[in-house]
Parts: sequence; structure tokens; C-alpha cells
Amino acid sequence: MGLIAAVLATVLQLVLVLALAPFLTGVVRTAKARLQRRRGPGLFQVYRDLSRLLRKEVVIAPNASWLFVAAPYVVFATTVVAAVLIPSFTFDAGLGAAADLIAIVGLLATARFALALAGLDIGTSFGGIGSSREMMIAAVAEPAMLMLIFSLALIAGSTRLPDIALVVQSPGLGLHISLLLAFVGFVMIAVAENGRIPVDNPATHLELTMVHEAMVLEYSGRHLALIEYAGSVKLLLYVSLIGAVFLPWGIAPLGAGLAQGALAVAFYGAKLVAGGCLLGLFEVTTAKMRVFRVPQYIGTALMLGLLAALLQLVSRSL
Amino acid sequence: MTTTLADLFPPQSRRWARRVISAEQWLGLADRLESGAFTLVAHWAEPPLVHVALRDAAGSTGIFSVEAVDGRFPSLGGASRPARRLERTIRDLTGLEPEGAPDLRPWLDHGRDERGAARPYAFLPVDGEGLHQIAVGPVHAGIIEPGHFRFTAAGETIVRLEQRLGYVHKGLEGLMAGAPLERGARLAARACGDSTVAYSLAFAQAVEAACGVVVPPRAVALRAVMAEFERLANHLGDIGGICNDAAFSLMLTHCAILRERILRTCALLFGHRLMMDGVVPGGVSCDLAGAGEAALARLFKRIDNMLPALFALYEDTASLQDRTVRTGIVLYSLAKEFGAGGPVGRASGRPFDARRDVPYAPYDSMAFEVPVLERGDVDARVRLRFREAEQSAALLRRLLAALPAGPLRAEVPAREGEGAALVEGFRGDIFAWVRLAGDGRLAHAHLRDPSWFQWPLLEAAIEGAIVADFPLCNKSFNCAYAGHDL
Repeated sequence: MGLIAAVLATVLQLVLVLALAPFLTGVVRTAKARLQRRRGPGLFQVYRDLSRLLRKEVVIAPNASWLFVAAPYVVFATTVVAAVLIPSFTFDAGLGAAADLIAIVGLLATARFALALAGLDIGTSFGGIGSSREMMIAAVAEPAMLMLIFSLALIAGSTRLPDIALVVQSPGLGLHISLLLAFVGFVMIAVAENGRIPVDNPATHLELTMVHEAMVLEYSGRHLALIEYAGSVKLLLYVSLIGAVFLPWGIAPLGAGLAQGALAVAFYGAKLVAGGCLLGLFEVTTAKMRVFRVPQYIGTALMLGLLAALLQLVSRSL
Repeated sequence: MTTTLADLFPPQSRRWARRVISAEQWLGLADRLESGAFTLVAHWAEPPLVHVALRDAAGSTGIFSVEAVDGRFPSLGGASRPARRLERTIRDLTGLEPEGAPDLRPWLDHGRDERGAARPYAFLPVDGEGLHQIAVGPVHAGIIEPGHFRFTAAGETIVRLEQRLGYVHKGLEGLMAGAPLERGARLAARACGDSTVAYSLAFAQAVEAACGVVVPPRAVALRAVMAEFERLANHLGDIGGICNDAAFSLMLTHCAILRERILRTCALLFGHRLMMDGVVPGGVSCDLAGAGEAALARLFKRIDNMLPALFALYEDTASLQDRTVRTGIVLYSLAKEFGAGGPVGRASGRPFDARRDVPYAPYDSMAFEVPVLERGDVDARVRLRFREAEQSAALLRRLLAALPAGPLRAEVPAREGEGAALVEGFRGDIFAWVRLAGDGRLAHAHLRDPSWFQWPLLEAAIEGAIVADFPLCNKSFNCAYAGHDL
């Protein structure tokens, strides 16, 4: 029974991730459009775009190697697996044992590595610029992310997500400065990792300022669809992650009933919409920063992680 | 060696008087261009004559012509950097050879054959370790005009930018030569769509100078109304566009809405959003529509509310100013050397505005402020546009409050003659020169866009900056492609 429920929950989780990811991107875009006094193309435009791209012909440059063709699949697969690991509405998922933050960081790093290689593979100057900027950001963002994870691990005594969420959920925890610092750091990293303003502008048409978009400039058809889909899933992943770690309320506990499960899914949906709207609001009120400011920005997140870990150590030794 | 133009012309000469001089005297001009005593205003050819229009520090103006011998004329390009691209254009369009020119590569002529294949173009060589090139355009990811930018970069740092333009060459001078006046005016209005009023005005004033036509007062006032509406709408578009290139889309949408309201009011008043063909030689082609009073009152109320609010939004957004301040600095010395007009020149401390410094009606009898800033960065160019937009709104109110009555158009006689005019468009001073054949046709016409003297400054401003800052810097210049490519 327990095993079947866990498998079912995992499958449901996978379906939810795939079904809701474009919706979340649509929420962000619609929120931005409304704040700019535009109507916007609607919440479901991302689905239409993806189905359009899937049906379109793929154009591949003659000098592209197998790497260029393989990268979208690697990126999509690793990102989706990472997203499924995060307990979105239940702790009951079958992959719970693997839902380790360090594993998630590793999966995302694999996706990034594949995409950066693909950007270089095609040999255009924009692909090269995009890849070099992406790696510059990654070089500081990944340590920052790990530092934040260590601070959480110090609080919870584990890097497994369900454990962390349960500790945060427990009423005995009280107000935790380290948790607050880690929260701010996580949000900053989430913005950077998803290529949102102020680090990158997903809506720009200016080739010279792009980071993520520059790497994928040569992609078309289903390859582009997979990369865009993976981008949406990654955004969902980070919103879910922040929701699961810092606002774990409403997640169904182990062995919950159907009614509780349904309520948990509704809670999850509300978290996504709220996260999307807040991101939209933030993006509208901020300009993009200079490329070389980005390491400073992520450095702040790194320092927050360091501070959170130190405070935790100090308070523990007292 | 005299350094004033007034000494080179007979006393009481009219503005933009022309003198044919010898090759020796021509080279004397080159010295004075090099020393900065004279500013280059325009440089074009009408074989076998080659003309140069100049302005001196005292504000006098004049045109000199030298005759090309065996298809060759002495180059000014060695002494005067702003003359170089103009001489390459002369060579492309007329085949006359500038003798001693430092750069003889084609400029507007890409040498395309019937199949569309272009002649290879030699970009300037760059030496150095670890340099790489980034080729951008002429087809861009967004819907913008075509131009090619060749960056040589060391990582993210730009070592050199070289521009390549001419992709929207229309053969304007060839089309205008021999055309009836009316067709000439229509062509001039289409030289550069966003400056259509300013181009029409420059062309019309040049024709009127050639024929000695006096424009009726109501037409003079209405022309200024159109010109200021154009400036206001374009400055708002630029401010929004610059901020959007720093990914601050809020400003773009606010500016776009306000600009749209202005354009719709223009459509209501003049029957065309951009007021194309509103200005014609002799006067204007249409009167204010009667129903516009209420729309104007609403528009001014909105502008009065929005302009300070938008400026406050710019001032209060630190993340935006972090991008604009100290980005893309144009030095005063360069702005002066190139005679750069418009917001680009005035944001770098070159206080030139054709409305005030080569005054024409109705501005010659109106007091208004010409804002000038010193810093020369993107921030200064944004601020300058805000202040000029305020000035334009104030000018519009005064013009509309005191519109004289009377006819709209004077008869333009079919007369032989030549005339020139310098008109302030939203990008800067537009120069127009016409020679009229006696039968009501144009013998020759030349239009010089302000961007000729601003594009080269962009190359200089971006040196040492990072690649990702180029779009922001480029937008803060907003140079013309269509007007420049003729």
C-alpha cells in the first residue's frame, strides 16, 4: 500500500511539474503585463508557444556536432528530475530518499554544463558570449547555493529536503535568524539562476546583453521547445524549493488521505501563483544590472549563507 | 589667416551665401577646420562642383565650392575627421575622387550585384593578443533598422567598434534631381520617417530661401507647432527606449502611452499621426482641425501631470541610474570637433541649437531655454531629453495660444536659384540645400542628417566599455539609419 501510494504520488508530482511549469511562466508574464498596463497574451500562451515549436522544423547549423543536438534532451531531463525531487505537495513521493539538496544542485549544474557546451559548439560569437557569461555567474552562484544549503543542513541536521521541511514546520523551532538570512539568499540565487531581471532579461531582443538567450540563439523547433520548457520547469523548481523549505505549511504529511492531498495541491498552486506575481512585481520595478555587478550581487547571497551558517554554529555552541 | 566666415564674403551677404574658390583657398579651409575655427555643417558634390557648408564660432555661415579637375578634388578629410565619411559618400555617389583622403573605402555603396552579393569590405585591422570579433547586424533580433556593428573585444571589454551603414540607401539625391518641386517635398518628407516634419521644414525653408518667398505668419506658427509635437513625441519615445534597454520596461510603457496620446492628437489636428507632408514649400498643407481644442486641453493636462512624474520615476530608480551614470561618455572635445548637434552634443556641453543659433521664424522672436549638460554620459542624454520635452511642451502652449490668423500658403514662383536651411530636428540640426531649375523643377538637392556627426562619436564613446552596455549607449544616441543612408 505504502509503496503504491508513493509511486502514485511520484507520478502525480511529475505530471504536476510538467503541467504547471508553463502556467507559472504565464503567471509571471501576465503579472508583468498587467503592471505595465498591457493586457498580455494570457496565462496559457506558453503552452501554445511550446506546441507551436514542437511542430516546427528543426534547423541545425552545418558545423553543429552531436553535442548541439543532445544538449536539449540532457537539459530537459536533468531539470525535470531535479524538479520532481522537490516535495511540492506531499512528503510521500517515492524519490523522497533521493530528494537531497546537493543532488538537486548537481543535476542543475549538469544541465547548465550541457547548455554552455552547446552554446560554444555552434561557434557563433553570441553563443560564446552567452556561455562565458553563464559560467561566470555559475562560478559564484553554485558556491553560494551550497553555502546556503549548509546553513540549512546545520539547522535541520540533514540535507534531505523532507527532513529540512519537517524541522522548519515543527512548532518548536521558533524565530530563526539563520533561516531568515538563508531565505533572502535563496531568493537572490533563484532570481540569478533563472535569468530574471536584474541578472538577465528573458524578454530582451538585444543580442549583446543576453546571457541565457544568447546560448540558445541558434536553437529552433523541438530543441528550442525543450529548452524553453526546461526553463519553465527550472523556475517552478525554485519556487517549489523556496515554498518547501521556507513555507512548508500545507504540504501533506506521510500517509495522508485523499482530501488532505487535494488540499495540499491547492496550497501548492496558491504558492506558485503568489511566487509568480511577486517575481513579476519585482521585475517591473528593477532595471538590469551591469554584467560585472552580477558577481557582487551573488556574492551578497554567498555572504548571507556564510552568516547564516556562522550564526547557527555560534548559537549552537552557546 | 582669417578665422571668421564674414570676412570671406562680401558685406551684407545673405545666410548660406555660396562662393566658388580655388583649390588653394579650399585647402586653407582645411586648416581652419583642423584648428576648430570653422565647424563642418555639410559636404556634398554636384559634379563638377564640390560644396562644403561651414559655420564659424561667431555664428556666421557660408558655403564654398571647388571645381573638380579630371574628376578629382582636394580632400578635406585629412584635416577634418567629420568630413571623411562624407567624402567617401561623395565618391560613392558621384565618382569624384577626394585627392589625399585618408580613407577611400566605399561607404554607402556596398557594390551589390543583381544577385544581391556585396563586394567584400575591409574592416580596419586590429592587432593584439586574445582579441576576438563580434559581428552584429544588419539583421537584428528585434525589429529595428539595419546597420552592421563590428566589435573587437577582449573578453567583455570593447577594444574597437566599427560601424557599417548604407543598408537603407534609397538614392534620394538621384530621385530628387530633376523632380518637380512637389515631388521633391514628398521625397524629403520620407528621408527619415521619425523626423518627417523637420526634414520637410528644412527642404521647404531651403526652397523658400532660393525663391525669396515669405511664408505667411499662420503657416510659420503651425510649422513650429508640428515641429515641437514631433520633438516631444520622439523624445518621449527615446526616454522610454533607453530605459527599456536597461530592462526597465515600466518607463517604456508609460512613455509609449503618452507618446501615443500625442500622436493621436496630431492625427486629430493635422490628419496624420506623424504630420507627414504637413509642411510644404510656401507654407503648410493643412489648418488645425476645429475639433482639436478639447483634445489639446486634455493632452496638455496629461503632459503636465506625467512629465514630472516620469522624471521622478527616473530619479528614484537607483538600479536604472546605476546603468546610465558614467556609461558611454562623449567628451566635449569630440562633440566640438565633429560639430555634433542635438541631445548628443548638448549633453556633452556643446551648446548648439539651430532654433537659437541659426535662428528662423518663429523661434527668432521667442525666448526659450536651450538646456546644456556637461557630463556627456547616457544619464545626461536622458536628462537632457526630459528638459527638452518640457521646453517643447511650453513652446507648444505659447504657440497655440497666440496663433495668428491669415493664409496658410504663399505661391512659390518657378524661379532659378539656390538656397539652404538648417533646421533643428529632435536628433539635431538637419541641413538642406536645393538648386532650382527655372521650370519649377529641382536641379539638385542635398539633405544632411544630424547623425552623420553623431555615429562616429558612438564609436568613440563605447571604446573601453563592456559589450553588454552597447545597446543602452546606442539607444541613448538613437542615430538615424534612413536619414543617414540617403
